Amino acid sequence: MDRIVRLASQRAVVIFSTSSCCMCHAIKAFFHDQGVNYAAHELDEDPQGRDMEMTLARLLGRSTPVPVVFIGGKLVGSTDRVMSLHLSGKLTPMLREAGAKWL
Amino acid sequence: MLPATAPLPPLALLPQAFCVVSSSGRPPPLSGGTWAWRVGIGPWGGQGRGWRSWLGLAVVACSLRSPHHHRRVLPLLGGAASSKVWFPFSGVCAPSGHLSSDPELYVEFGLRPAEPSNMNSPSAQFLTSTRMGIYELNKHLGLWRDSFKVDSSQNTGVSTIVKADRIIDQRLEDSQELPGPAEEFDQEANKPNDKISRRLAQNREAARKSRLRKKAYIQQLESSRMKLTQLEQELERARQQGAYVGGSSGDSLVGMSTINTGVATFEMEYGHWIEEQNKQICALRAALQAHASDIELRILVESSLNHYDELFQMKALAAKADVFYLMSGMWKTSAERFFLWIGGFRPSEVLKVLRPKLDPLTEQQVMAVYNLQQSSQQAEDALSQGMDKLQQTLAETLASDPLGASDVANYMGQMATAMAKLDALVSFVNQADHLRQQTLQQMYRILTMRQSARGLLALGDYFQRLRALSSLWAARPREPA
Repeated sequence: MDRIVRLASQRAVVIFSTSSCCMCHAIKAFFHDQGVNYAAHELDEDPQGRDMEMTLARLLGRSTPVPVVFIGGKLVGSTDRVMSLHLSGKLTPMLREAGAKWL
Repeated sequence: MLPATAPLPPLALLPQAFCVVSSSGRPPPLSGGTWAWRVGIGPWGGQGRGWRSWLGLAVVACSLRSPHHHRRVLPLLGGAASSKVWFPFSGVCAPSGHLSSDPELYVEFGLRPAEPSNMNSPSAQFLTSTRMGIYELNKHLGLWRDSFKVDSSQNTGVSTIVKADRIIDQRLEDSQELPGPAEEFDQEANKPNDKISRRLAQNREAARKSRLRKKAYIQQLESSRMKLTQLEQELERARQQGAYVGGSSGDSLVGMSTINTGVATFEMEYGHWIEEQNKQICALRAALQAHASDIELRILVESSLNHYDELFQMKALAAKADVFYLMSGMWKTSAERFFLWIGGFRPSEVLKVLRPKLDPLTEQQVMAVYNLQQSSQQAEDALSQGMDKLQQTLAETLASDPLGASDVANYMGQMATAMAKLDALVSFVNQADHLRQQTLQQMYRILTMRQSARGLLALGDYFQRLRALSSLWAARPREPA
């Protein structure tokens, strides 16, 4: 858990994903198109990845732990949460506040 | 036909009677050999006389002593003394026993057309009849007593016709031609009563018709309800047994009955969904045309949004059953399939189509809708890129060196990976539906109630037209092969 928190605070936008997950790819593409400089951690490439996956799964209450997005060190959620925020227009202010976006 | 000779007891007045007779003795015999009693009734215990000529009172009474004559038709006549017009009526008396002292005495009173020919037949039909027990008669008498004064001068045998009751008038109207003298007396008073009775008849007719309509509607509802419960039972059974083989899934195998169940279930439910959708569209249209209030529109708008939510739930279940089926759009019509994007409509495209229908919009709303459109577009692009990546990795997983040393483990491993990849497809469909749902919710927040109603109507109408187009296309005349 600590590792997750630590990693999450390293950048304005942090995404935990797995290299084979295509939904993770979609989320990354999304932030890229938004002009956000994000940091992605591939849990399948991390030695403690398995534990982190389980922790994240518990945190979200889902079986698939990835992708998980942290903005400004705070947990935002998975793809659907990000999409909802974006459609309601709340994502951009959040990104600006975290310093991930200047436009 | 001899009358009984017993004196008529001062029974009572029947409110529906109107003829009164003088209290003189027997009337002259009438044509046809019948004769009549003329009876008058006075206030009960009034002047102490048994018989009184009385305004607007008549009574039919008879008494019979012998039991086997318990039913006898006595043609009776009464009339107006003032113009010496006789209004014929007749009655049937069916006393059950003795006389007035017997509380069981009933008087059956009726009116019938005054055709002379009728008079002779004891079994003539009576237009109306009423039965009263002796105590009831007393009650009515009491009422009359209050409204009329006893005038001893009436005793001289002059009496007048008074229409005591409108019901009598109706009976008059219903009956056939009245004899001339009576008619000319009553003509004036008949006209407004004509209208009244006609109107009443019309009302009765209308009421009857609406009762029939209501009955038919209720029967229809009942049968639909039964059908619905039957279908729900079938559905439940199909789900449990998994033996329902159906659906248009091309790759259905005999062993994979569970998948077919999911597909078949979805198809059936989707059919119902479409039917309900059509009804809701009509309701929205009607409400908007009728300029319904915001409160009424809200009900329709919210039920419409809930209806879409139901569709997304159904699709989620179907995706678990067979995601390829959902992705193929086989459950949609051909024209809708042309616009398919990850198993459904593309939200930004739909927003573009509907946007002009929502005018006029405020500045703020214009901005909000534009932003929503943009956000949706961006989200869609992200999902599309994810889908492309999925295709790519699936292709890579399946593509192997055909010339290389193929071993079973490798092959199985490949297939396992590919299968796992396909699971991701389910999450993409779910995300796409989530996007559609969020777009609808956001629009509801941006727009006023009326605009939302218009928007939902436009959306539903748009897809209805696509479906109609598909039908036309399917039915188009083909060139002979």
